[in-house]
Amino acid sequence: MTAAPTQSAAAPAPLFRRLHPRAGETVAFTIDGRPAAAKVGDLLLSAILLNGGALRRFEFGDGHRAGFCLMGACQDCWVDLADGRRLRACTTPVEPGMAVVIDGVRP
Amino acid sequence: MSERLDCDVTVVGGGVAGLAAAVALRQSGLSVTVLEKRLCGAGASGVNFGGVRQQGRELVELPLAARSRKLWDGLNAFLGEDVEFEATGHIKLARSEADLAELERYAAAAAEWGLELTMLGPNAVRDALPWLGEKVVGASLSPTDGQANPRVVGPAYARLARRLGVDIREMTPVVAATRSGTDRFTVEAAGLTVTSRHLVNTAGAGGGLLAAAFGEAAPVTPLNPNMLVTEPLPYFVERSIGVVGGDVYVRQIRRGNVIFGGGSGWHDAEKGLARPVTEQSIGGMLRTLQLVPGLTHAQVIRSWSGVDGQMPDHIPVIGPSSTTPGLVHAFGFSGHGFQLGPAVGVILSELVLAGRTESPIAPFRIERFAGHAGAAPAAGPVHVEH
Amino acid sequence: MTAPKSPRVVVIGAGPAGLRAVEVLARAGLRPVLVDEASRPGGQIYRQPPAGAERPPEALYGLEAGKARALHALPAELGAAIDYRPGTLAWAIEDTGIDLLGPKGFERLDFDRLILATGAMDRVLPFPGWTLPGVFTLGAAQIALKAQGMAIGARVALVGAGPLLPLIVHQYRKAGATVVAALDVTPFGAKVAALPGLLNEPVTLAKGLWYTARNAMAGLSIRSGVAAVAVQGRDRVEALVWRDAKGREHRVACDAVGASFGLRSEAQLADLAKLDFVFEPVTRQWIPRRDPAGRSSRADVYLAGDGAGIGGADAAELQGARAALALLEDIGRPVEAARVAALDARLARQARFRAALERAYPFPAHLVDAIADDEILCRCEGITAGTVRAAARDREAGEMNRLKALTRLGMGRCQGRVCGQAAAEVLARALDRDVATVGRLRGNPPVKPIPIREALT
Repeated sequence: MTAAPTQSAAAPAPLFRRLHPRAGETVAFTIDGRPAAAKVGDLLLSAILLNGGALRRFEFGDGHRAGFCLMGACQDCWVDLADGRRLRACTTPVEPGMAVVIDGVRP
Repeated sequence: MSERLDCDVTVVGGGVAGLAAAVALRQSGLSVTVLEKRLCGAGASGVNFGGVRQQGRELVELPLAARSRKLWDGLNAFLGEDVEFEATGHIKLARSEADLAELERYAAAAAEWGLELTMLGPNAVRDALPWLGEKVVGASLSPTDGQANPRVVGPAYARLARRLGVDIREMTPVVAATRSGTDRFTVEAAGLTVTSRHLVNTAGAGGGLLAAAFGEAAPVTPLNPNMLVTEPLPYFVERSIGVVGGDVYVRQIRRGNVIFGGGSGWHDAEKGLARPVTEQSIGGMLRTLQLVPGLTHAQVIRSWSGVDGQMPDHIPVIGPSSTTPGLVHAFGFSGHGFQLGPAVGVILSELVLAGRTESPIAPFRIERFAGHAGAAPAAGPVHVEH
Repeated sequence: MTAPKSPRVVVIGAGPAGLRAVEVLARAGLRPVLVDEASRPGGQIYRQPPAGAERPPEALYGLEAGKARALHALPAELGAAIDYRPGTLAWAIEDTGIDLLGPKGFERLDFDRLILATGAMDRVLPFPGWTLPGVFTLGAAQIALKAQGMAIGARVALVGAGPLLPLIVHQYRKAGATVVAALDVTPFGAKVAALPGLLNEPVTLAKGLWYTARNAMAGLSIRSGVAAVAVQGRDRVEALVWRDAKGREHRVACDAVGASFGLRSEAQLADLAKLDFVFEPVTRQWIPRRDPAGRSSRADVYLAGDGAGIGGADAAELQGARAALALLEDIGRPVEAARVAALDARLARQARFRAALERAYPFPAHLVDAIADDEILCRCEGITAGTVRAAARDREAGEMNRLKALTRLGMGRCQGRVCGQAAAEVLARALDRDVATVGRLRGNPPVKPIPIREALT
């Protein structure tokens, strides 16, 4: 069995699904310049994956990564911000104004 | 029951110099046994910074470094493996007028020994290293110096040696070495006795002990570099960087990791364990950040240390034994062995085969320590730059 | 005359083991330091949501809500009797000094006695497509739910080789997520054979059966004995393909997969503390050596919980208390013999249960055999199984650290915690040797990435 390539849509469909809507405040941030919204209490990883399908490009090959362990162990979810910061998305709360860079120009 | 081997040459220590000697000797038709206490290339040869550098070496080392540098150019083809050598150039920075004067003095002296360095003024340094954070008054560039992956060089030499028919015994620490009769050495290791006509001592930090077994003083002390590496980042540190004083050194590999170091680590000779020291690591991080502010948001993902042998005068012992015909030494590389290794191996083979070499090795003779008794204390703070 | 100075005791990890350890130590008047990377206590098993995402424990932990609630409350209850340091990473240990990175930057914390309760993470084995966005560990799938109230996808497939699988399937289904497949790569027969041993912990067994029954009632029975799994998709998960025990291939469309194959101990700090390790043949992993009371090979270091061999959350609580009692005994404090005996009896029963559980979920060796050469083993550095096999065949890679030196496997951000065990299995098979003989990756600081700029503070 191999991973057969198939066509996929260009638009970034969200990966995560919120099962328990929260009343809290909305957190506005951006992903490659696109406006995105999350809620207070969302981790940066969840915030991004509610708005898209990946967190970062993979340095040593094609494709993207979207995190893996969610417990700060695998280090797969280090995300770039436009201000130069690099954050482990599964252990960092999303903050208003964060400008996430995935496919855009690197800081 | 102990296994017995007989061969022409026994090499104690499977680092780059010892393995390169084994290869050259085997290519000349001799039978060779290499005894390595752990794994080939896992000692100083494998854990160093990866600098392939002539600039800044002691002047008397430069002829050997130049000979080695020629070998580095052909090393991939010679070994049949990519050792990631790249002549990125090495830039040594002066952070004060005194530093600059030292660089200028060195450049003038090195030119007489055949190493051409280019002095860079502050503007030229900015042009060459636009990311530089620290104020520098000048620098010297050695365009032919470079860097390589130290983890693969020793093992590649070991495989070449095996392919040629060298008998390599890893995890085989030597416990005793004697010369019996008039022309045979007997080297004892766990479960193994090797007899041979020649003995090559490339035992690194253990080289002094082996020399002592033949009545020669060589005050080698352990040297533990303290190195760190960042996560992969966009490639921008295109040169290998050092500073006058050697308290920090930095390079970046093409995959993106920035490797840097400075200061000394820790080791336990009994357990064969070497570790970085936190205080030194944090100091290295600070100095690297001052030099390369572009690393502000980088994460350090690993640090490491290892064990090299250091001589009081910071140059190795290379040459025939002063007491025992048939024994040749090359140890105590004092942090310089990675670049020198390929040529020193060839020099050792010349000494074994012909009893002489064209390379000027007189400054490295073991007799210079004849007055020393036992191991000397470390000669003050020592900066390791590889 | 002054009273003898209390020894400085540090506990690393605020999961079930670490929390029960500090409770015992604090009640004995030692004022232990509790260092934990997370901002709230509970560890991964009782992971709490971040501020703003709170939900009642009953909703998050189900049948275990009572235990979670009790553990979460402990640091506040103990108050000034402990020195609790949340949000603090212990990233190195040098002799009797711990290097911390906390809210105030780097700090050196010295100890007289140390209890390591560093927990576990999912054991990972590569399969085709496992690095695609949308493939997570089972633990990750559970954390998304517990800590964020989210599912990892709209249509989720779950794959496992341990008791976590029925639990997560149940939790996902109950939370309203769509679970499109639940696949167990271990054989059903192993569970039947292990039943007598599992009866050592009848309540735990009953819970497992209850989850399984609830799943089945919802029309979602877990398929056992799954022979192979592969994720398909271009730049994200599109389908899971799997082969059943009879060799039939199935395909199910999905956008996320949670998959892992048991648990592995997080033992990097134990390694930096220079503790002795032993190879545990049943689970095929290297763990720091400890006696039943939690004493390590070092007189001043103790081990508790899943960080030194997998025992589960209930056993971790007992081990935490037991290690703390051992510590108290060793420093000459009075310890109630009856309490120790009772703990030891319960720990022995837990050990029998765990042994049976390991038999019920044996290591899925067939998945290792199936790893293709082009499959990425080390997801940090992108090193494939083929590179590992070639290093074994052509480059004399005879043990894990030499493999790392030659190939860069395990040299990335995670320092081999994800790929190390799978790589050892692949290397051992390539060398046709037992996996114990290829050793384990040596640890080096930092155990997790540390920002270089912290050196400025």
